[in-house]
Amino acid sequence: MQIFLNGESRDVASGTSVEALVLTLADDPRGIAIERNLEIVPKAEHRETLLEEGDRLEVVQFVGGG
Amino acid sequence: MTDTPLTVAGRTFQSRLIVGTGKYASYAQNADAARAAGAEMVTVALRRVNLSNPDEDRLQDHVSPDEFTYLPNTAGCFTADEAVRTLRLAREAGGWDLVKLEVLSDQKTLYPDMEETLKAAKDLIADGFEVMVYCSDDPVYARKLEDVGCAAIMPLGSLIGSGLGIQNPLNIRLIVEQSRVPVIVDAGVGTASDAAQAMELGCDGVLMNTAIAEAKDPIRMATAMKHAVIAGREAYLAGRMGRKRYADPSSPLAGLI
Repeated sequence: MQIFLNGESRDVASGTSVEALVLTLADDPRGIAIERNLEIVPKAEHRETLLEEGDRLEVVQFVGGG
Repeated sequence: MTDTPLTVAGRTFQSRLIVGTGKYASYAQNADAARAAGAEMVTVALRRVNLSNPDEDRLQDHVSPDEFTYLPNTAGCFTADEAVRTLRLAREAGGWDLVKLEVLSDQKTLYPDMEETLKAAKDLIADGFEVMVYCSDDPVYARKLEDVGCAAIMPLGSLIGSGLGIQNPLNIRLIVEQSRVPVIVDAGVGTASDAAQAMELGCDGVLMNTAIAEAKDPIRMATAMKHAVIAGREAYLAGRMGRKRYADPSSPLAGLI
């Protein structure tokens, strides 16, 4: 199924959890936040939250800034 | 020679210098500069994870949140809603509720949009955030921001990244006099004397990024800024002499040959 990850279209297997997706992006998920369809998915819910067709995800982290 | 520490939202800091983490040649240089500045608090931005290069250097591996208090910012936000959304994500990413709010008006000046800033401040405070707020040097808006519960008022000295120093010391002084929360000059510092001037005006701290990051030798400038903030603070506490229009000899007039 298709989702949108940081504005880019991606194909993922149905039943993929937010946790599984995050692990493909970073070895260390600390310092990362996830927004799914404009709602924050708290870290405690990453495992149980399953992605759905057409989901729009933002995966963000801290970078240098003033 | 005692001074009280800087206290923001119940947290105390020995250093009155807050530094940014943007524009450095590397995060490693950034960390060295922050240490040379003696900073305890650093501003950080929130951006999308780079999907094409997930292994790129991460800020937290060099400028560790265990060593420095992260102050997430809303740089690049031009509406209250964008700023609130960004800081909610920052809180989820880091677990901090102490944040730097800035809502900008246009790309050319990055001047704060005070109407949107005030709106965002109210929403964030209602949501449990401790808000340190970047603002114009307008004492009226500064008071409104304090009245809605901001934890620190952070007026610009001059435009972000301009290095033009404090363009309106009178307004900065008015804000210092009226405020019951810390006042921190944020933006515009170009060199050490600008930082000292902010502190001599009675500010509680200074926040800067470009003045250090774009110096020829950032580590040395960070050290200079550390001394400048301490010197300015000490001069403010010492109380400067009065200004006179004519000379007043320092050597005795009596006993001249």
